Amino acid sequence: MSFTQAETQLALINMTETFIRFVVGGLFVSAFAVLGDVLKPKSFAGLFGAAPSVALATLTLSIHSRGHDFAADEARSMIFGAIAFFVYACAVCRLIMRYKLPASIVASAAIVIWLAVAFTLETVIGR
Amino acid sequence: MMIRIDLSGLRRTKWHDYAIRFLFGGLITAAAGLVAQRWGPSIGGLFLAFPAIFPASATLVEKHEKQRKNRAGLQGPMRGREAAALEAAGAALGCIGLAGFAFVIWQLVGVYETWIVLGGAGLLWLGISGLCWRILKLS
Repeated sequence: MSFTQAETQLALINMTETFIRFVVGGLFVSAFAVLGDVLKPKSFAGLFGAAPSVALATLTLSIHSRGHDFAADEARSMIFGAIAFFVYACAVCRLIMRYKLPASIVASAAIVIWLAVAFTLETVIGR
Repeated sequence: MMIRIDLSGLRRTKWHDYAIRFLFGGLITAAAGLVAQRWGPSIGGLFLAFPAIFPASATLVEKHEKQRKNRAGLQGPMRGREAAALEAAGAALGCIGLAGFAFVIWQLVGVYETWIVLGGAGLLWLGISGLCWRILKLS
């Protein structure tokens, strides 16, 4: 097998893995979202806004394709992501109530808060 | 307040809302995999707790509540925002469970069977989040 063929095969495997991740992730997220839709009261259903749907899909595939150590490293960093999500959700709640802003704008714009907190924690504590 | 299942929520959600959630969920999962492949598991792992569908869910909650209150002749926009803020407060509680979920997997993956660790971590997420919600309700 020539080098080019090997490269092509690797690219194909990567594309297939990405596609599988897309489908599995979409299904997990949709399933948790449906649960959030049917549960009452709203404050309890809100818990499902931070369901581990992406994590379950990703970690299952990571353990399968890259092993336990890789998945453990991902899970460790996920703790920082969860802290950042907490700060983000509190900020969204506060901004909507205090400034009477539309949720669609606040929830999208506040993603920068998540990015800032997550990467700061990873840089300061994670390394 | 009792937790209950209300299937009317499914009827209010349009097929394109489901499609958007599937698309966002799929995209962030695929992106998390690509980031981990390119920059390693430490950076990729951050995105396992990315608020992927939260903006879409909060917008949907706001829209549904606004429509419902408008039909009843009440202040739709205001009630819609309050419902979205409540959704955000619930998500904040869910994040405490999410950190517990990640901690369990970090410590126990490879020690026990994968399905036990993932299933146990999922139940722990629900337990911690539910407990936090209950404590907040009682206080």
